[in-house]
Amino acid sequence: MSAHPDYEVVIGLEVHVQLRTRSKLFSTAGVSYGDEPNQHTTPVCLALPGALPVLNAHAVELAIRAGAATNCTIHPTSIFARKNYFYPDLPKGYQISQFEHPLCTDGWLEIETDGLKSDGSKTGGTKRIQLTRIHMEEDAGKSLHDGRADQSRIDLNRAGVPLVEIVSEPDLRSAEEAGFYLRKLHAILRTVGVSDADMEKGQFRCDANVSLRKHGATELGTRREIKNVNSFRFVEAAIEAEIVYQADLLDSGGEVRQATVGYDAENDRLFLMRLKENADDYRYFPDPDLIPLVISQERIDAIRAALPELPDVRRHRFEEAHGLAAADAAKLVGAGSLADFFEAAVAAGAEPKAAAKWLTRDVVAWLNEQERESGDSALETQGFALAPAGFASLLGLVDAGRLTAKSARDLLPDLLAQGGDPESLMQERGLEAVSDSGALEAMADDVLAAQPKAIESFREGDQKAVNFLMGQVMKQSQGKADPAQVRKILIAKLEAL
Amino acid sequence: MTESFGSVGDLRSALDAGQTSSRGLIEHALERAGAVGERLSVFVDLQNDQALAAADAADARRAAGETHSPLDGIPLVIKDNIVQQGERASCASRILEGYVSPFDSTVVAKLRAAGAVVIGRANMDEFAMGSSTENSAYGPTLNPWDLERSPGGSSGGSAAAVAADIVPLALGSDTGGSIRQPAAFCGVVGMKPTYGRVSRYGLVAFASSLDQIGPIGRSAADCAVLLDAISGHDPQDSTSLPEPALTTASTLTGDISGLTIGLPREYFEAEGADPAVLETVRTAASALEAGGAKLVEVDLPHARYAVAAYYLIATAEASSNLARFDGVRYGRRAEGVANLKELYERTRSEGFGDEVKRRILLGTYVLSAGYYEAYYRKAQKIRTLLRRDFDAAFAGCDVLLTPTTPETAFRLGEKTEDPLTMYLSDIYTVSANLAGLPGVSLPCGLAEGLPVGLQVLGRPMEDATVLRVADAYQRLADHHLARPGDLA
Amino acid sequence: MSRIAPEDAKRVAELARLRLDDAELPAMTAHLERILEYVDLLMEVDTRGVEPTAHAIPLATPTRKDEPTGELTPEQAIANAPAAEGTAFSVPKVFDDEAAG
Repeated sequence: MSAHPDYEVVIGLEVHVQLRTRSKLFSTAGVSYGDEPNQHTTPVCLALPGALPVLNAHAVELAIRAGAATNCTIHPTSIFARKNYFYPDLPKGYQISQFEHPLCTDGWLEIETDGLKSDGSKTGGTKRIQLTRIHMEEDAGKSLHDGRADQSRIDLNRAGVPLVEIVSEPDLRSAEEAGFYLRKLHAILRTVGVSDADMEKGQFRCDANVSLRKHGATELGTRREIKNVNSFRFVEAAIEAEIVYQADLLDSGGEVRQATVGYDAENDRLFLMRLKENADDYRYFPDPDLIPLVISQERIDAIRAALPELPDVRRHRFEEAHGLAAADAAKLVGAGSLADFFEAAVAAGAEPKAAAKWLTRDVVAWLNEQERESGDSALETQGFALAPAGFASLLGLVDAGRLTAKSARDLLPDLLAQGGDPESLMQERGLEAVSDSGALEAMADDVLAAQPKAIESFREGDQKAVNFLMGQVMKQSQGKADPAQVRKILIAKLEAL
Repeated sequence: MTESFGSVGDLRSALDAGQTSSRGLIEHALERAGAVGERLSVFVDLQNDQALAAADAADARRAAGETHSPLDGIPLVIKDNIVQQGERASCASRILEGYVSPFDSTVVAKLRAAGAVVIGRANMDEFAMGSSTENSAYGPTLNPWDLERSPGGSSGGSAAAVAADIVPLALGSDTGGSIRQPAAFCGVVGMKPTYGRVSRYGLVAFASSLDQIGPIGRSAADCAVLLDAISGHDPQDSTSLPEPALTTASTLTGDISGLTIGLPREYFEAEGADPAVLETVRTAASALEAGGAKLVEVDLPHARYAVAAYYLIATAEASSNLARFDGVRYGRRAEGVANLKELYERTRSEGFGDEVKRRILLGTYVLSAGYYEAYYRKAQKIRTLLRRDFDAAFAGCDVLLTPTTPETAFRLGEKTEDPLTMYLSDIYTVSANLAGLPGVSLPCGLAEGLPVGLQVLGRPMEDATVLRVADAYQRLADHHLARPGDLA
Repeated sequence: MSRIAPEDAKRVAELARLRLDDAELPAMTAHLERILEYVDLLMEVDTRGVEPTAHAIPLATPTRKDEPTGELTPEQAIANAPAAEGTAFSVPKVFDDEAAG
């Protein structure tokens, strides 16, 4: 959606990302998904009397990596604080988080705004989004509402799972920008191994703070917070809905009241969770069971140095080393593990530009189709039955003229879904291109004999006649002829007539 | 066997010589526990069967020549806020009614490994909040020296158990004096180690930055044996010092020549301190001087702010530490609750006693928006100033000598009406917790028939030094051998 | 001047999920008032420029290896539960709007 005509939209995002660890942040219980309730707890997870937290070293490493990958200042000393509130899924009655002294602050990342129509025109280029902070904290458990109507069940498997909360400045100006930001963040965190960020499993959850103000106003409007949305599309849709809600309210002379809202994706509707009449009083204070987290500059430097190639860097490399168009490079890098697949295919002999085109156009289309069917939101190549080498050989067949692009496009979904050797499949389906020039010439002769009117038109200088005749030959070949070769043969024959 | 236990060293010799057995010791202790312990309300739980089984195992080890710890087969009691696997732990609170811990505290695991035999769990002020053991859901423990008086608190049951000769050793916990003050009131030795010396894993937290488990015994030498057994780094406690277990017992030479003892001026001029107590402590200081130590006066200019800072910090931490007692996962849940809010409010209001509620309220208040800076942060800054006071004082002396309490054991009910007067009985003890220092209280005589406690405070990490001074005093004077009248 | 009014005590009690009935409130408020009055003693100390101390012994927090270990069984986890259903704890219905977090 384009920018709102009357209001400037101001969005800040808080993203909770589950760190990729085997055990919890302060408890040695395992991290799992989908197990029986309370399968993974220790006295620490249950907040049993006398239990004490001990920090998971790998979680710290990953949190530092997240900060390093997003250009943050990483603080040599940070402090764990208790956020106090009562809730059945919060066993201790407080969450261990970071408050006054977070691990990382002042980062940024760039989003590509190509094709973004913020003022009705294409802006193009990139936009830098500032990150306020990244801090470590523990997840809460789950309330299950599957039993008796008047009871909830509490499962603490998730209680204490390590998270980082990544807070952006209110730099985003549209739902679309928010979507770009989330996809970029998602790609970065996956690239550097901080998180699997599987949104289905709640490993990448977004809260969006949205407010509107008149264009040109400098003060922020009252914001509402959309809680816990777990797909890119839903975040965008929820923000769109929120913008409509707030704009209508303001238009009719109403006032936005600070509130927390939820998003019902099924019905594309927001619902009020609670009004924030008074500021919450979480009574943050330094956790006396933990002492300050101290990280040496050497360790920070080493983690920075060991970071894998970041998406932006990779994108530039794709442009430069493989001659890809900026848009194709961006699409590859921005889409889950497609970039890895691309590199593997190129290593297996695929021509880079063709591989990029096929991946960003045809393979992404297929993935989107899968996504619509399964509801899975991450663009994943893990589900491919086709190996990168198989993909390379498919492109090789096209390049050698043995398979037309059209036929290749027909084969692709089956190959992606079921795998197999492209060449065998081509032969099995009888799709090998007719490259035998004798056969093609015979077809061309047949067509010319049957289309005197077209020949007439050609003689009168109508170039479109060639296209018509080509179509006829292609039809006769059942799409298996190489269009360029057909064209060449036809023109030679026409000129010789 | 009605005679009192000898020292832990004597007990070990008797065991080694076959003059007694662990089973004999445990049976004797259980018998006293059932009789005297019952009368004084020392225990919240006795573990007869488990203790006898452990005694037999200790005897079997001894018979097989596999004894390797000075505590093997020796009976002791632990405070009800230190958890044991498979045993109830209530912190003397209704809210933990019926709770059974599925894990051992680190100290209990260490004691098990050492072969020590826990015979029961000692009464205490609910969640260690109090200085009289009157804030117990089980009712107060009585002072063996005078049954109308308080044994002190919060480790009142532990101190009374040793004073009444039920066991030679006990574990307590000390957040603002909760080992040292009852030790003083009951005429026994109690020690709070340097913060981090003893693992807090399995100690139900009152105020995490102040809590320490420590030994209570008849003598400094006995306390040293127990401290050595329970000390040492624990990877399960993030505030545990990265140091090996102590070996203080072997360093108690009695030699204090050349040692400089500081007497904090402010502590001897404190308002409300009983002159008889101060006089007894001065006499003890003179005895140490006669034993070769040098006495100097030192200043602790911020001493008078310690109690106020302590109660702000301790209650703030407690308000958060006690949030987990909500009736959801364990403990007592209020009956017939209609919704979550009621579940929380009624469970907590019915489960906690008045003093615990008062401290939770105070702690919640000082952390709440608008008061954090004025109260909590201010108290933390005072804490810094107190640490600096001690650093300065210890530049000129090796240990500090003070009274443990401003008066001897008070009467039951005497201070329950006004919480502040109860808090002020901690004026000499809270600073050691705020500054993390080791401190020991030992008997130094009687005032009007009641024991007077002498406190020795040392530099952080110098646990051995304070025990050495306490032991030296007990070689010079024999006040620790004084016993209350017959309790049978 | 009073430092804490009965309404303040009630508000704090609610934050702490304690219920003070009308009979308890005056005495509790008075006790808190008396303690806060005493604590005002601290205000005479100039603490400008003084760093707060959260822990007496200056250490850095230790970390442990990322290895799952020491889990309780689900049965052990709920062994002390006042109410359980299956291997989950059971509580009166949780509504999303009750969340404070």
